[in-house]
Amino acid sequence: MKKFGRYGGQFAPEVLMPALEELAGAYEQHKNDAKFVAELRHYLEDFGGRPTPLYHAKRLSKHLNKKVYLKREDLVHGGAHKLNNTIGQALLAKYMGKERIIAETGAGQHGTATAMAGAVLGLKTVVYMGTKDMERQKMNVFRMKLLGAEVIPVSSGSQTLKDAINEALRDWVANVGDTYYLIGSIVGPHPYPTIVRDFQTVIGQETREQILGKEGRLPDSIVACAGGGSNAMGIFYPFLNDDVDLFAVEAGGEGLKKTEKVAYHSASLCAGEEGVLHGARTKILQNEYGQILESHSIAPGLDYSGVGPELARLVDTGRVKARNISDEDALDAFHVLSRLEGIVPALESAHAIAYTQKDDVGDLVVINLSGRGDKDVETVAGLK
Amino acid sequence: MRIKETFDALRGKKEGVLIAYICAGDPTAEKTVEIVDALVKGGVDMIELGLPFSDPVADGATIQAAIDRALTSGMNPDKFFRHAGSMDVNVPLIVMTYYNLIFRRGIKRFVSDCKSAGISGIIVPDLPVEESEELHQCCRDAGVDLIFIVAPTTTEERMNMILDKASGFLYIVSRLGVTGVREDVADSTERLLKRIKAPIPKAVGFGISKPEHVREILKAGADGVIVGSAFVNIIAKNEPGMLKSLESLAATLKSATLNR
Repeated sequence: MKKFGRYGGQFAPEVLMPALEELAGAYEQHKNDAKFVAELRHYLEDFGGRPTPLYHAKRLSKHLNKKVYLKREDLVHGGAHKLNNTIGQALLAKYMGKERIIAETGAGQHGTATAMAGAVLGLKTVVYMGTKDMERQKMNVFRMKLLGAEVIPVSSGSQTLKDAINEALRDWVANVGDTYYLIGSIVGPHPYPTIVRDFQTVIGQETREQILGKEGRLPDSIVACAGGGSNAMGIFYPFLNDDVDLFAVEAGGEGLKKTEKVAYHSASLCAGEEGVLHGARTKILQNEYGQILESHSIAPGLDYSGVGPELARLVDTGRVKARNISDEDALDAFHVLSRLEGIVPALESAHAIAYTQKDDVGDLVVINLSGRGDKDVETVAGLK
Repeated sequence: MRIKETFDALRGKKEGVLIAYICAGDPTAEKTVEIVDALVKGGVDMIELGLPFSDPVADGATIQAAIDRALTSGMNPDKFFRHAGSMDVNVPLIVMTYYNLIFRRGIKRFVSDCKSAGISGIIVPDLPVEESEELHQCCRDAGVDLIFIVAPTTTEERMNMILDKASGFLYIVSRLGVTGVREDVADSTERLLKRIKAPIPKAVGFGISKPEHVREILKAGADGVIVGSAFVNIIAKNEPGMLKSLESLAATLKSATLNR
């Protein structure tokens, strides 16, 4: 499906159009191919550590006065859900005969997961990263280099994720023959939003089976943070036709304010307006003329001016509820989970945890704990 | 329809068409008016004015820097149309911008603003033919050319879809990559030009900076050349004598289009 309602599509330079067609064709060809499926499963399980547990967080449950389960994507190899997608796409790249994979990264989680996939599958890996993010996430930069990836600093624009995407797209335009662009979220031109969602859907499939096994029923709600939206779509997708409330929690940052150039948040679903960014029609943070605003979040993985087109569509239809949590509340939740459960969550995931204290999530809640917070320790320590 | 007329007229004189790209508002909106005058004085046959967008994925470092300078100087679509409308030039003006600025303004309104400002054509590097229906219809109704890009990677099937909708001229990407100055011009250009049998004029862009390039491209079968980064590099320095330098580069390149 090229579009999700009126969202999505392919707003890409002409040079890339044949590559997008090739990708869509290759994906259709391989996604149900027994060999591909078996190999992907092998890597997800034996390399990535799947299935991840669905953990009943008893002390957090008591604290919030509702029964809370954590889907432990923080335990996936690399420390976040990102590997589900990078292993899938890197394998696809290999099946397509590409020798080089390129990626953009915000927090460094997708870059790291790409570097891991590139290393294990023997693909040359190049990661574009904003200089501002490199400063914020030094450990991930070092990790990517350790894993054999070349990290290219991006100093244009706001020096964050959107600029890294711009640079990665430019690289792809110039090297489209032998290079696979491994996008990290459910964003970009068709077929990326669909491919990334499919590879992340393993989160929701496992969750469904696990919650039914433990509770004998589906949860009242599922809460996930959303920047581009891949962990949210991944866990939501198998529940779209169920009576389960789905909450996409965005970064409210310092409040839903904006100027001509800057948004003090990254809440594209809550406060964005329709536009075209990075190849897709979706909800974006923009000014009156359509210039893209620099976004803000304490969580670099949420710090993005757009959002996946499928999620934009699901919010419009009312199936997914868009919410946002401030930097401050996310930080509180970061500490709460660390102390109550002995789990340091990623600042991104802390947004979902923070939202779970609201009443509208019901009595039985699954939070997608999309990543671990080791990468954020320095940031949080610096705030004290 | 002024674009096609210009190609026709110059073909009659055995000249190639020299198209210059500059970014409106770089370094300032006022200076852009003077720059356009200097380029036309130097012999440029058509001006492609960039309307700066914050995230120009199809442009390289040189043009992105120009776009950043233009945005910093306060260029925006309102100002753009005001200044374009006030330009007193006898060559066709073309706007090059990214789709979100058009979408945000409203497609109909954007096209009618082009029309009022005397802009003859629109190029949108992130709008492939599949997504262009609405803009194409508005352009056709208003008599503004929608100029499409074709690349060495463009398949026959896509080429036919593009030729079906293209007007004004075809913008041929000389080789893979984003805009920027390069030392040579690839053979793939010649192969690509040979593939296009339709009667629409063909102008080649990306990487053309020297008279040798211009001659080579025209010899390969193009009707025109598009030069961007070489002009933008001069504007980037913003030194005294900038207008003279632009005029003189334009004249050097223009002379390479004569006596085909």
